[in-house]
Amino acid sequence: MSALRESLGFLTSRLRQVGIFVALILIVLLFQILTDGILLEPQNVTNLVVQNSYILILAIGMVMVIIAGHIDLSVGSVAGFIGACAGVMIVHWGWEWWLAIPACLLVGALVGAWQGYWIAYVGIPAFIVTLAGMLIFRGLTLIVLKNQQITPFPGELRALGGGFLPDISGGTSVLEWLTVILGVGATLALVIQAVKERRIRKKFELENEPMAWFVTKTAFIALLMLTITFLLASYRGTPIVLIVLAVLVIVYTALMNNSVFGRHTYALGGNLHAAELSGIKTKAVTFRLFVNMGVLAALAGLVFTARLNSAQPAGGTGFELDAIAAAFIGGAAVTGGIGTVAGAMIGGLIMGVLNNGMSILGLGTDYQQLIKGLVLLLAVGFDIFNKNRSGKGGGAAIFKSLKLKAPPAADAHPGKPADERPVPVAAGQ
Amino acid sequence: MNTPILQMRGITKTFPGVKALQDVTLQVNGGEVHAICGENGAGKSTLMKVLSGVYPHSSFDGDILFENEPCNFSSISDSEKRGIVIIHQELALSPYLSIAENIYLGNEQAKRGWVNWRKTNLEAAKLLARVGLSENPVTPVQHISVGKQQLVEIAKALSKEVKLLILDEPTAALNDEDSSHLLDLILHLKGQGVTSIIISHKLNEIRKIADAVTIIRDGKTIETLRLGDGEITQERIIRGMVGRDLESLYPDREPRIGEEVLRIEDWSVRHPQDYSRMVVNNASFNVRKGEVVGLAGLMGAGRTELAMSVFGRSYGTATSGKVFKHGTEINTSTVSDAIKHGIAYATEDRKLYGLNLIEDIKRNVSMAALRKLVKGGWVDKNQETVVANDYRKSMNIKAPSVAAITGKLSGGNQQKVVLSKWMFSDPDVLILDEPTRGIDVGAKFEIYTIIAKLAAEGKAVIVISSELPELLGICDRIYTLSAGHITGEVPIAEASQETLMQYMTKEKE
Repeated sequence: MSALRESLGFLTSRLRQVGIFVALILIVLLFQILTDGILLEPQNVTNLVVQNSYILILAIGMVMVIIAGHIDLSVGSVAGFIGACAGVMIVHWGWEWWLAIPACLLVGALVGAWQGYWIAYVGIPAFIVTLAGMLIFRGLTLIVLKNQQITPFPGELRALGGGFLPDISGGTSVLEWLTVILGVGATLALVIQAVKERRIRKKFELENEPMAWFVTKTAFIALLMLTITFLLASYRGTPIVLIVLAVLVIVYTALMNNSVFGRHTYALGGNLHAAELSGIKTKAVTFRLFVNMGVLAALAGLVFTARLNSAQPAGGTGFELDAIAAAFIGGAAVTGGIGTVAGAMIGGLIMGVLNNGMSILGLGTDYQQLIKGLVLLLAVGFDIFNKNRSGKGGGAAIFKSLKLKAPPAADAHPGKPADERPVPVAAGQ
Repeated sequence: MNTPILQMRGITKTFPGVKALQDVTLQVNGGEVHAICGENGAGKSTLMKVLSGVYPHSSFDGDILFENEPCNFSSISDSEKRGIVIIHQELALSPYLSIAENIYLGNEQAKRGWVNWRKTNLEAAKLLARVGLSENPVTPVQHISVGKQQLVEIAKALSKEVKLLILDEPTAALNDEDSSHLLDLILHLKGQGVTSIIISHKLNEIRKIADAVTIIRDGKTIETLRLGDGEITQERIIRGMVGRDLESLYPDREPRIGEEVLRIEDWSVRHPQDYSRMVVNNASFNVRKGEVVGLAGLMGAGRTELAMSVFGRSYGTATSGKVFKHGTEINTSTVSDAIKHGIAYATEDRKLYGLNLIEDIKRNVSMAALRKLVKGGWVDKNQETVVANDYRKSMNIKAPSVAAITGKLSGGNQQKVVLSKWMFSDPDVLILDEPTRGIDVGAKFEIYTIIAKLAAEGKAVIVISSELPELLGICDRIYTLSAGHITGEVPIAEASQETLMQYMTKEKE
């Protein structure tokens, strides 16, 4: 009983992180029922991954920019522009794909440097600079493409969008074995990592998740990964873009948690003044964040172009909104300082499942947009609601409203946030 | 003329846990200029907020009689209706609106919801003439100097048919010329029958214009001196302001002072917006190994500005002067340069400038020296936890673990996190700005002990504080600042609250 109470108390203290996860599962189940099981058919799961990959790539960069307290409205136009550049380089100029890809990423970095300069060093708000960028790079896309699409692309590039890892069994097996090996390997690695992390936290006397919750969570994630592995393996195997995405998620999660750059990003989003007065070169960090965003937008543009096998004048339109929505649904704070790459991925998947599920149901874009908008509003609204509550005594407030007995509060001064405490000396002045 | 216009009797105002005002009595006669003096934190501003209705009638005890009628104000607009107008230290003007618009803000010259611009500007021009300001009423407020903005505030007060004008430190942000103009204006208004209450730290100003002085200390009225009762001398006021015994709240320490570590020469800083104002003027000082040096000064003297400008030019423009460490000149023009040269600055405003309140203790502790934790390109988070845990134990930070969010800690514990952050950057010189502001007595003693320990370890410590007993309790030597100038250097053996206050209120020659 006490274990249950402990777990429950923990869940309310992490309502946001847990809630987003539960929301994804509920949405998947809902559409699984509504679509009579089409949603989780192997082919559709593969489609889901490939269709959303470029939004997820953008969401990685976007959540970093948002953590630093900025925003980037230009990523859709930049992705379209890079697609156009790839078309010109490969189709018109006849460049090899292995030369064109790094060249395109370089152009993306330059675009990011251009915007980063105005934001970090001139001090124009990112909202304005990237709104301008949204127009500038859409314009450049049209100019480069002369308002016509460029097609077709060579197979090597197209593999980036729609290709799969080779089938090592030679097509004789029902399951694609390379995918099974990768999937099981990744799951094992994840479980081992989680157990290691928990041991370390214990060793350093840090608060740990309750055992029951830890086991449930880890088992569930492992099961989920194995299910996806099975579904992918019973269709055509692992999409190449999934490998790209997995590598990006691992690298950027490590970067945000364990590198000086990532930690400085959180620091300047959390309190810019304090970061500056701690000797953090806030301008350089901001500049690099936008360069990084440019490179990721370029990669997203390449994947998108490869998937369509065509560079189009309107390519990438509206991507920025999906990427921003993914970051915020995934728990990033509008004021900066809070957010995770993993959260943005889940946020992106929620948007992706909504898109995909509603398309299968045959709902038009009118209703799709309406529902997606409401989901974004609810997610962030829940966040704010939760924060206001916790300001008045943490998870205890929610317990109170649910008429449950609150667990002991974790902070040193329960029930009273620091801001409300009297300030004896300053009171007179 | 000697009839009281305002009587405040038995005013007691408590904040949770603190008695800010205790049985305060204030009597102001009609048509006089009445000054209120007291140390920082004595309760002057609280008293004026009680009077003007910022704190509603139900939130304090005691009676207020204005023109022999009781006052039960529940907001500022109630007191303004009776002709009591307060002008705060931080001006409350909207920078992008014109002078006239600001004067009539919230009191628009309108008919059925439509503003009568001709009347607004005409009336504003008349008011500007009354305060002696020759500016076009349509000029945006951001384009005039702070001194003139102060006059606009007074014009705004006049537009409300003010009978009692309250000025909170009106000259703290002004240069000499603007100050004397403002004081003349107050005397001029007195001639027109406006009663004024002026809160000021500048004792020579008070002597120049005040008919009476009420001294407040620790939330209590000490005495009211009237011009007829004999001379109001600076010494008399100072004695009233500080007259209390030093409590033994400070740890014992045996200073072992070594060679000079940091020396500042001819340091001058200008105000970032108002270029004509010298916030720090030709200041020179030094600090030695194992020494605790105090910087004393009243509000607006330039202490924080001096410290922040030395620490990576974090304040001000056109900064000039030299910084020497161990006798060689160093460059501290960015914060990271300053940190590299072993200087640390712990801010007076922890929440705004010191901590990332949404992050946990360990990430705040490592913030200023994250690179020390890098192993093979990545931050060693285990090492970070170990380091933070060490500080949590040695500094006695009361938190369940180093993963606790700093925004939820008490003021004293937050301050210990800030100190841990700077100790981890391993500086030679620590500048601590108001290290005990907003901290209860027990935690203060802990902070003093930490300061003593740092000095014993051979660090050079500079402490900025508004509390003179604190400086006298922990420092080896105290510099005094007044209006941006260093006006005195007092070894602890010769220092007393009276001598320091004399230097702190001294004007430049």
